[in-house]
Amino acid sequence: MWSYFARRVVIGIPTLWAVITVCFFLMRLTPGGPFDAEAPVPPEVLANLRARYHLDDPLWRQYVDYIINLLQGDFGPSFKYHDFSITTLIAQGLPVSMQNGAAALLLAILIGVPLGIFAALAQNTRRDYIISAGAMTGIVIPNFIMGQVLILVFGVWLKDSVLHLPAGGWNDGALPNRILPVFCLAVPYIAYLVRITRGSMIEVLRANYVRTARAKGLPFRLVVLRHALKSALMPVVTFLGPATAFLLTGSMVVETIFQIPGIGRYFVQGALNRDYTLVMAVTILSAGLVIVMNLIVDLIYSFLDPRVRYDERAP
Amino acid sequence: MSVLDIKNLTVRFATADGEVAAVSDVSLSVGKGECLGIVGESGSGKSQTFLAVLGLLAPNGRATGEVMFGNTNLLAADEKTLNGLRGDKLTMVFQDPMTSLTPHMRVGRQLTEVLIRHRNVNAAAARDQAIAMLRRVQIPEAERRFDMYPFELSGGLRQRVMIAMAMLCGPKLIIADEPTTALDVTVQAQILDLIRRAKDELNTAVILITHDLGVVAGLADRVGVMYAGRLVELGDVRQIFNAPRHPYTKGLLACTPRLDDTTVGTMPTIPGQPPNLQRLPTGCAYHPRCPAVMELCRVERPPLLATPTGSLNACFLENAS
Repeated sequence: MWSYFARRVVIGIPTLWAVITVCFFLMRLTPGGPFDAEAPVPPEVLANLRARYHLDDPLWRQYVDYIINLLQGDFGPSFKYHDFSITTLIAQGLPVSMQNGAAALLLAILIGVPLGIFAALAQNTRRDYIISAGAMTGIVIPNFIMGQVLILVFGVWLKDSVLHLPAGGWNDGALPNRILPVFCLAVPYIAYLVRITRGSMIEVLRANYVRTARAKGLPFRLVVLRHALKSALMPVVTFLGPATAFLLTGSMVVETIFQIPGIGRYFVQGALNRDYTLVMAVTILSAGLVIVMNLIVDLIYSFLDPRVRYDERAP
Repeated sequence: MSVLDIKNLTVRFATADGEVAAVSDVSLSVGKGECLGIVGESGSGKSQTFLAVLGLLAPNGRATGEVMFGNTNLLAADEKTLNGLRGDKLTMVFQDPMTSLTPHMRVGRQLTEVLIRHRNVNAAAARDQAIAMLRRVQIPEAERRFDMYPFELSGGLRQRVMIAMAMLCGPKLIIADEPTTALDVTVQAQILDLIRRAKDELNTAVILITHDLGVVAGLADRVGVMYAGRLVELGDVRQIFNAPRHPYTKGLLACTPRLDDTTVGTMPTIPGQPPNLQRLPTGCAYHPRCPAVMELCRVERPPLLATPTGSLNACFLENAS
């Protein structure tokens, strides 16, 4: 099995390279450049700037240089934040994004999965309809609306009550500043998890082996936990792999709304500023995380279902 | 005294198109060490009758009537009482061994959990008893199989595991729902032999649900024939096979190929289709397909009455003669 995963890691390298290459050239195809947004500068200054960042080199030269630097762990200088290297920016922003993402993920799993099971066990009753309707609502409300509403309610209307929460800002990660953004991040994921868990649990509860387990005289709770849950979690895990990658790399929308110094916000700013290296770095990070998470998902599959095996030997 | 006594069992399902009676007014009983065969086409209600007995109907199903198992009316019993009986005194072997075992659990644990639940034994004792039972149902290398997952076993072995599971606690009644349908013929014979031994050695009552008349002839003491949710004939297996009274039973037997039959040509079949339970014909449900149909059969439903030989039969032809 471990040789399989070693192989998967090796296969991940060309995947990552393809992502880097496509992204590199797409960025350069986009009209405009890193210095267009600034106040108009004399052509000589612009030429100097371009020379300093090697933008006057042929494109293939820039590409080769970028890859070589990358292999040495250097994401290059930021085109916008002149005194920072991208590595520094990421070292500042990534932990913030990851903490929020991990908290949101945990919240989503802890609320979404049990609620989905709860709804499935009461299929087509009022309890189920209320939960399902709530989940649908959570999915259809975009997070830029959700964020504004949360700010309005907890930051403005409840300003003089104990429930008051800061409308934005980071304040070095003080707990009250984290609550709204984490909740806002988590809501759509809670909603998706409820729907996926509910659907898959309903299906598994119809399985013949669940009937067998009930015919053994096991209490229903035990039938669900011991015989149904593992199979029902397969689609949940499938969803959680890429979802984790997206959550950990920060949400540009939520971080922008709540003024959080994570890398999601850098991504937006970077794209607007044509800060090539910054956008590249965030993309590479996201892609790398997606690859890693898919690998972890495959590992969890083999734990949930013994039929899933990754060695060459046929069982 | 009978082990199981079903009186006027009716099973209804609430569907989008209204209520459907899958089982209507079925009464039967099975005694200690006796094997009762239940035959009928798909959709005749034979499986639903006994799923209702175990309280395992789909959520939209409702059973009415009375099902006495010992001193307990299973239809009125709460979930806790039912769980105390199911898997212990009252067990079931299901039709499809490929999907009836939990795929992510080792076979051994699926067996021992029954003992731990009902016999309150520790894990080591449960393991010993489970392995002994696997040997008893003739699973080779029982110790090794104990630690295997269901997907590592063949269909025949899985059905043996199902039977072992049903026999673990020494049940009073085993309900076997088409236990051999999904298996090939040589394995079928072995599985039936196991059921016969369970019946003889443990003096267990067995209800054998099948559409295979050969299986019933080989194993059952009595047989009940179901059509469109009702019992149409019930009695001693030899009597019914040698001298069927109900035209449907006659039809079924005529459709069974015989080794000693030398006639050449097409196999006989019963013309027509089993009726749609939502639009049952008036009178006798079998009348549109019955070769001996009379005017009365179209209007009135024949009651299930005792015949001179002691069997029960629901046909006006019989009752008139």
